[in-house]
Amino acid sequence: MPQTLTTLTETASQTAGPYVHIGCIPTFTGIEGVYPEDLGKSPIRDGAKGEVITITGSVYDGTGWALRDAMMESWQADAAGLYPGQTGADPAVSGFCRFAADGMTGEFTLRTVKPGPVPLRQGGHQAPHIAIWIVARGINIGLNTRIYFEDEDNSTDPLLNRIEQRPRVDTLIARKTGPGAYRWDIRLQGQGETVFLDM
Amino acid sequence: MPEATTDRDPVYRDTGNLIPRNRAAHPVPYDPDYKTSVTRSPNLPLLSMDSTLTEETGPVFGHTLLGPLDNNLILNFSQGRAPAVGERIRVHGRVMDEHGRGLPNTLVEVWQANAGGRYRHVKDTYFAPLDPNFGGCGRCLTDAHGNYEFMTIRPGAYPWPNRGNEWRPMHIHFSLFGHSFGQRLITQMYFEGDPLIDRCPIAATVKSRSQLDRLVAPLDMHGSRPMDYLAWKFDIVLRGRRQTLFENRMEGL
Repeated sequence: MPQTLTTLTETASQTAGPYVHIGCIPTFTGIEGVYPEDLGKSPIRDGAKGEVITITGSVYDGTGWALRDAMMESWQADAAGLYPGQTGADPAVSGFCRFAADGMTGEFTLRTVKPGPVPLRQGGHQAPHIAIWIVARGINIGLNTRIYFEDEDNSTDPLLNRIEQRPRVDTLIARKTGPGAYRWDIRLQGQGETVFLDM
Repeated sequence: MPEATTDRDPVYRDTGNLIPRNRAAHPVPYDPDYKTSVTRSPNLPLLSMDSTLTEETGPVFGHTLLGPLDNNLILNFSQGRAPAVGERIRVHGRVMDEHGRGLPNTLVEVWQANAGGRYRHVKDTYFAPLDPNFGGCGRCLTDAHGNYEFMTIRPGAYPWPNRGNEWRPMHIHFSLFGHSFGQRLITQMYFEGDPLIDRCPIAATVKSRSQLDRLVAPLDMHGSRPMDYLAWKFDIVLRGRRQTLFENRMEGL
């Protein structure tokens, strides 16, 4: 018998279930007064530097039906490409947001500032992007993906360049629909399936 | 956290990439016995890559966020005016990384059904009554050693639409942040001895028996309080980061 490793294994995920809002966005389901406000209500405060944008979309299942019960979280750098906590980061950017698919229409909206390019450890940059994490009933382990922007230079981004089937790159790119407005849909399965990440 | 060191000691720092996720330790995304997963699981493989600063950083929450009753689900919905109905319990444990070190100051959020198995949610139509003094959510920050605790009532089992006659075992949902967005995890805690665990298709999405066993909290009499509450202990492990060695060698060596 070899020696025994003392490292631990990560705790197994379980689905967030249909009632995830109770714990994460209590006011979504009418629970008021336990907390002063929902956590991650906005990733920015007034005065955040950069262009304020809204990203609208839906989360579609394998039949093309928009989930009414999905919850998402976003994490991003500020307009200069600095993450909260890094020296010089914009104090008006918390970088973290929680938002839910609408219970009637399934549509979600994220209002934030457009992030800047983020430096890589080994040199170079990642194109501006927002990390997204999706949980819902029927999703047994949260799905990670990213939003990139069609009006940015994405040509040298290492993640996008790693996607072998080039048409799939489009699933990570938000389309501009107006000044400061973007559309980005998530397809969990099947035709046009979003690229999900294991990082 | 590095211990106090002398100039000559090598120092390991968690500045490396996140340790890649062992997907075999997690539930399978597609499991026909849990019907909703059938249309919500990706068909295509995930794109695997070393983590970047994006995954290695994450939101930080401070104590100013928390109210005094946030981790007391018995009292937080009524803001201390009237306790919730049910079996009073304390749920506590430690949040660690894969190196076995406690994760200090990390947010733990929980949500659950009431003692009758009913959630306070627009989508829950089970006829078990709502408790006017139970909301079902709570949160706390871990202490300097990664420990957390909640006071709550034991949630009831409840039926749900899946196969013909499906019941969820008693469980509490947990949401963990760790210190980076790539460590984000949602899971569920079950209670030792509940015969519904082995009949539950959601629990059964975890194919490794030892991994499923680790979602079951043992009764912890040492952590309970006579004539007041029972305790259940639930430890949680989040992803770690590869350690890099900073050699503080003396000049010339």
